[in-house]
Amino acid sequence: MKKILNYLFVLLLLMVSLTACGKQNEEQTDKDVLVLRISNWEEYIDEGDWDEEELIELENGDTIFGENSMIEDFENWYYEEYGQKIKVEYSTFGTNEDLYNQLSIGDVYDLVCPSDYLIMKLMDEKKLVPFSDEFLSNKEGNYYYNGVSPYIRSIFDNYSINDEAWSKYAACYMWGTTGIIYNPEYVTEEEASTWDIFINDKFKRQITVKDNVRDSMFAAMGIYKKQLLMEPAFINSPDYAGRLFTEFNDTSDKTIDGVEKVLKDMKNVAYAFETDAGKADIVSGKVVANYQWSGDAVYAMDQAEEDDVYLNYAVPKEGTNLWFDGWVMLKDGISEDIRKQHACEAFINFVSRPDNAVRNMYYIGYTSSIAGTDDTVSQYINYNYSAEEDAEEVTDYDISYFFGKEVVISADKEQLSRQLFAQYPPKEVMDRSSVMWFFDKDTSSKINKMWINVRCFEVKEAAKPLAFFALAIIIIIILAVIYLQRHKVFNIKKKNNQTY
Amino acid sequence: MAKFGFSRKHLAIPYAAFLILFVIAPLLIILYYAFTNATGQFSVSNFIGFFTDSNTLGTLVYSATLSLTTTAVCLLFAYPLALILARGGIKKRNVFLLLFIMPMWINFTLRITALKEILTAIEHNLAFYPFINSVIGMTYDFLPFMILPLYTSFLKQDKDLNEAAADLGANTINVFLKVTLPLSIPGIISGVMMVFLPAMTNYVVLDMLYNSTYIMGSLIGSYFAAYDWNNGSMISVILLIIIFGITLLTNRFGDENEGGGRVV
Repeated sequence: MKKILNYLFVLLLLMVSLTACGKQNEEQTDKDVLVLRISNWEEYIDEGDWDEEELIELENGDTIFGENSMIEDFENWYYEEYGQKIKVEYSTFGTNEDLYNQLSIGDVYDLVCPSDYLIMKLMDEKKLVPFSDEFLSNKEGNYYYNGVSPYIRSIFDNYSINDEAWSKYAACYMWGTTGIIYNPEYVTEEEASTWDIFINDKFKRQITVKDNVRDSMFAAMGIYKKQLLMEPAFINSPDYAGRLFTEFNDTSDKTIDGVEKVLKDMKNVAYAFETDAGKADIVSGKVVANYQWSGDAVYAMDQAEEDDVYLNYAVPKEGTNLWFDGWVMLKDGISEDIRKQHACEAFINFVSRPDNAVRNMYYIGYTSSIAGTDDTVSQYINYNYSAEEDAEEVTDYDISYFFGKEVVISADKEQLSRQLFAQYPPKEVMDRSSVMWFFDKDTSSKINKMWINVRCFEVKEAAKPLAFFALAIIIIIILAVIYLQRHKVFNIKKKNNQTY
Repeated sequence: MAKFGFSRKHLAIPYAAFLILFVIAPLLIILYYAFTNATGQFSVSNFIGFFTDSNTLGTLVYSATLSLTTTAVCLLFAYPLALILARGGIKKRNVFLLLFIMPMWINFTLRITALKEILTAIEHNLAFYPFINSVIGMTYDFLPFMILPLYTSFLKQDKDLNEAAADLGANTINVFLKVTLPLSIPGIISGVMMVFLPAMTNYVVLDMLYNSTYIMGSLIGSYFAAYDWNNGSMISVILLIIIFGITLLTNRFGDENEGGGRVV
């Protein structure tokens, strides 16, 4: 008993001294440096250190260059602007689920950048801090409020959780569609422009699907409801957007059963459900098409071009998932600290400044939500995609809807199915896009069950030969062990008796 | 408590702290989640659910088949190899041993990525043989763990026993079957333990080699991804029970073996 007491005593001492240290540090830093804990996706912000040749020279003479990381730049900028020293503790997460689990076991962040559905879930659980009125005003320096694309703004204003608009809690960072990146040597545009490609026997074992229940489910939903979704009466109905949203967010038991069957077919046809290998595999030629988010598609196309492989991106005609990643402030981290909230909002404004938005876009390949008050972003699109002088066919590419003013890029016709199309899809593609709502607890467990049904090995079918095989091996091993055991024990004992 | 002098038992404090923090506390947490439901009330429905669901059972069968096959292949490959290395009178056998162990020093995702390319060159399309590929990948990964214990158990064996058996009239096959093989059983058992148990849950190999069927590890992961910590923990507990059972069983064999060896 005494021993145990001793241990406990030492442990207690350790804990006390540890917490004491922690407190002391906090107090020390608190005086002059404000600590901001930010968590973002991996490789989702400009980390600087560009080569000199990477300098972006816009037509209007502006240059953009990432010398230091965005985080360092922010710390310096904030000190110059507000005279407050700031230290950003920047960390990253791999999936939304990881982030949510981190938050549930008590990791504390001030500002995080999850995807749309996790933002909705966090809003629903009342874990977020609303933006200040100052941030949501059109005063100068509010790069986010003044610069966000009117298209994105209307979506963030229109959708709400518990009667509160998204825009009150979340600032969109990157956005895009889901679609299919394909190698035009083997796949035609028509074949790639439908979710049906995932159950097309022509491409058996040649297409990878996302190993992610929401994305896979969206594609399966497109296949399951194809007939309805392609009906002219449906497409031309006045409330097409609303009906599309309803259909893609239908989680009734009947639909989930149907989706499960489609997903099983997909599993039988697909090369594999992949988490991250798809981008590399389509470049190396292991697969001919790959389910992809538009941002990663841009990245994959860029990579492939370096190897002289030209890939295309298509958005299925049944509908596509319009997704966002956005900045939200967490109650646990901010806890009514006005200075912290101010710094978080300043950070959002800093990354939304058009030149910084361009830096991030260049660095990660995704599409920023920022249209900007000046023409930096549209100039950057021009810089990237405007047709070379020797281009064979030039086309006018209209993305005015995104900027809320006329922006037309005269681009090489090839770009209609390449990076420009993926990065800034045209209006008609966005018309058939739908947000995918978050799942509440019951739906979530129902859908996870469905996903496990798809992914697990079923005992019923095809189990006989395998089970027989397994059983045979088990029996052989057990028999062998027992046999040897007995034999040896007997032998040795006998020998023993004889020797002595 | 009056004198708080340093004594030898205080050296155990760091280990006690380690055990409490990293072994006992996590285990208790897993047990807590395994036997509660989403609202935090005591429940055994997770446990019953596992054994009544054809999918989770199927996963168990699939993982067991996969890791049994891997273990068998590893054993078939490693046993002769270890025997030759230990007994073959090869000069510089340490170099050869090193060659087989060396891959272990290279990061394993890197190794599997390389293997992926080799297999693609052979099969052209990996997706048609997911099971075989997984077995190959796991064998590649775990082979050193099978070779090493076998090799040491052969080294430990007294050669005089073989000579004595031969003197008493046993032919080569009999010497092997009645002396060498029985004496190597502790090596086999620890080798099997080192391969079979990790192979049940090592889903990274499957992911990287495009096997989309879940094994126990990926099943746990999928529950945690759906924020269902209770079922995920329960499957971990069930795996623990299986592992514990196997360890108990083999420990008994192992002890007897060593005892038997010592008598001679």
